[in-house]
Amino acid sequence: MKNKLFNWSALAFASAIALGTATIASAQQVLHRGNGSEPETLDPQKSTGVPEAMIAVDLFEGLVTYGLNAETVPGVAEKWDVSKDGTVYTFYLRTNAKWSNGDPVTAEDFVYSFRRLVDPATAAEYAWVVDPILNAEQIRTAVEKDMTKLGVKALNAHTLQITLKASTPYFLSLLQHHSTWPVHKATVEKFGDQWTRPGNSVSNGAYVMAEWIPQSRIMLKKNPYFHAANSVKIDTVYYYPTESTAEEFKRFQAGELHIANDIPSDQIEFVRKNLASETHISPYFGTYAYEINLTRAPLGQQVKLRQALSLAIDRSIITEKIFKAGQVPAYGWVPPGVPGYQQQQLDYAKLTQAERNALAKKLYAEAGYGPNNVLKVEILFNTSENHKLAAVAVQSMWKQVLGVETTLTNQEWKVYLDSRDQKNYQVARAAWIGDYLDAQTFLDMYKSNTGVANRPGYNNKEFDALLDKAAVTQNAQERQNLQQQAEKMFLNDMPLIPIYFYVNKHLVKQNVLGWQDNVMGFHLTRYMSLKK
Amino acid sequence: MFYFAVRRLLWAVPTLILIITIAFFLMRLAPGGPFSKERPVAPEILANLNKVYHLDESLPEQYLRYLGNILQGDFGPSFKYKDFTVNELIGLGFPVSAIIGGVAILIALIVGMGLGIIAALRQNKTTDYAVMTVAMFGITIPVFVVAPFMTLFFGLFLHWLPLSWSKEDWTSLIMPIAALSLPQIAIIARLMRGSMIEVLRSNYVRTARAKGLPEKLAILRHSLKPALVPVLSYLGPAVAGIITGSIVIEQTFNIPGIGRHFVQGAINRDYPMVMGVTILYGALIVFCNLLVDIIYGFLDPKVRYD
Repeated sequence: MKNKLFNWSALAFASAIALGTATIASAQQVLHRGNGSEPETLDPQKSTGVPEAMIAVDLFEGLVTYGLNAETVPGVAEKWDVSKDGTVYTFYLRTNAKWSNGDPVTAEDFVYSFRRLVDPATAAEYAWVVDPILNAEQIRTAVEKDMTKLGVKALNAHTLQITLKASTPYFLSLLQHHSTWPVHKATVEKFGDQWTRPGNSVSNGAYVMAEWIPQSRIMLKKNPYFHAANSVKIDTVYYYPTESTAEEFKRFQAGELHIANDIPSDQIEFVRKNLASETHISPYFGTYAYEINLTRAPLGQQVKLRQALSLAIDRSIITEKIFKAGQVPAYGWVPPGVPGYQQQQLDYAKLTQAERNALAKKLYAEAGYGPNNVLKVEILFNTSENHKLAAVAVQSMWKQVLGVETTLTNQEWKVYLDSRDQKNYQVARAAWIGDYLDAQTFLDMYKSNTGVANRPGYNNKEFDALLDKAAVTQNAQERQNLQQQAEKMFLNDMPLIPIYFYVNKHLVKQNVLGWQDNVMGFHLTRYMSLKK
Repeated sequence: MFYFAVRRLLWAVPTLILIITIAFFLMRLAPGGPFSKERPVAPEILANLNKVYHLDESLPEQYLRYLGNILQGDFGPSFKYKDFTVNELIGLGFPVSAIIGGVAILIALIVGMGLGIIAALRQNKTTDYAVMTVAMFGITIPVFVVAPFMTLFFGLFLHWLPLSWSKEDWTSLIMPIAALSLPQIAIIARLMRGSMIEVLRSNYVRTARAKGLPEKLAILRHSLKPALVPVLSYLGPAVAGIITGSIVIEQTFNIPGIGRHFVQGAINRDYPMVMGVTILYGALIVFCNLLVDIIYGFLDPKVRYD
């Protein structure tokens, strides 16, 4: 077997070099980042998770990219025009955009990458992200076999035209998604599944792949051909999988990591007190909730029962006593942070918990339940200490306020997903982290036609109609009004009980400059530097 | 002896095929699949994925395809880590696990045997009780308590050792090796003590002593070899287990071994990964047991293979 990544015989040599260059290398800036888990793949079209995206955003640059606050800023495209009807986007690419082997990044590269994304042979899980592009959906579902029908054309080497099937106002934020980033055609074709490896990988971002030891570390080096290479300060960045947050925390304290990806929940109070200036806790674009299976009686038929259950949950106890990191009690589904979007809330968000409990009892009685007719509920969650604590808390709140008999069922992750997919549950823990900064990413999976992704089985034609209308509405304000109406309707129908909004939890050493907390949780190494 | 070894190796083939078959079908019985996600993959995309990985074929077809590939030494792609094949992941991880595990078991053998012999010779004296008390701790305190404690104490408080593995720094191997060998030292010491006491009481040792043989000779020549047999029986499967890595040790110290592939492969429904590690583990057990059986012949004159 070829053994490019790892060579024991080189070890002695490498350590000798390391010793010898230690003094020379002191001018080099080296950053060590904890990154959660081992990336499944660094192929931007195939990857799906957050740890992958964090590394990929250093390696690749799309037409647009993330700014310091994760806002949409020009990437390879210097500027763009949008046609009056909002369906044709023309991107003007930087002439100095280069791949890490010196090749220019051209419009053809983007055509290739977009086609690769929707090609059924690629089997990209996120292929649906570009569904707004003309014929993208038809090609990925193999209805249309002719790749050239995809609405992505190279007008010349540095002009790319993307035609949408209908106006999609949030299209630019979709282009922030890693599945739309370009890959180097010759490299992908030459190395197949192995093109992301050190030695093979060619990328167009601020960094290039230098070393990959699976389950231990990934090392990226500065890309000298990157168009903004002059502004990139960190020369080398290491990403470590840090599955044990307790060990990551120790490594951070011992100085082995500059950035810890997470903070163990039992250490939140400690870091707040002792590492306050290194603790970064900020809103994250995600919501924790209890989904309700609407296809099952009696919860499915009785909205009053669902509302009673929601009212009886004292969310502040869950956020303050269990998760403890400043999570915000949620009475809406779309988290705060979408520019211009007015957050929706259940009407009882402003009541006190005592008032909510009284209302809960009233609705419970109206639904025909009481001491003589006790409601029995089962909560399903994936095996995890915190989910269990939250479920136990909810169980006792329901018992105290309403007298509901709750059983708790925990299942191993894949079994739990299977149970939810099969609608083999009554109430299930659920969570969603937005893929792009728009309310759409939280709402569209609950349309009646989304199939298995709509796990509660929510079916409301008015909700569908509002979202369909929003999807083609040009005016941003009008569009968000429609989304807001849809969310309000969704909350009142209560296919899920929102519990809290997530927070980003990071530890960042004080000598790291250029770190900016943001709602999408993207922190590009190219913006960072180390204070000398 | 030679025919014995050949016969045993030939028996290993049906044993491994049985292991493969059971593991293959057991894996598929577990609910959920490699591509189930928080947001379910759209049906048509799932169909594409299943096609790429031949999961759209019937189970018997997949089984035969898998057996065919294994015969050619191909363990297939990892469903979870899509940029690597199972062969590569095992090829990268196994040497690391084997070195750490191998050194750990070697240390455990030397220290454990030494302690066991000393305890046996000082039976029911203070030394014996001290050694056995420590050994009891070694067995009862699990590695997921010992390892984090070590990183906290030697890494964070004393700053003596790095907390995480790095290929440039051999001192990063000290803590994982120590954490792995501690429980083994305890087990081997207890086994060694028990069998040593038994042998020292046997008739031929009494005879040797009665004949006026020096104590040193009575112990080293006549007692040690037969007393090693129970330790050896334990070592067969233990070595196979330890050199295939430990998920706790690997996650605690960030070691790129294969221990975690076993557990996480199962959790992720990464069928080829689990199969690959299972086959490796099975083959190692068969091999280690064979080795142990051969060594028996040298230790115990009553054992003969014909």
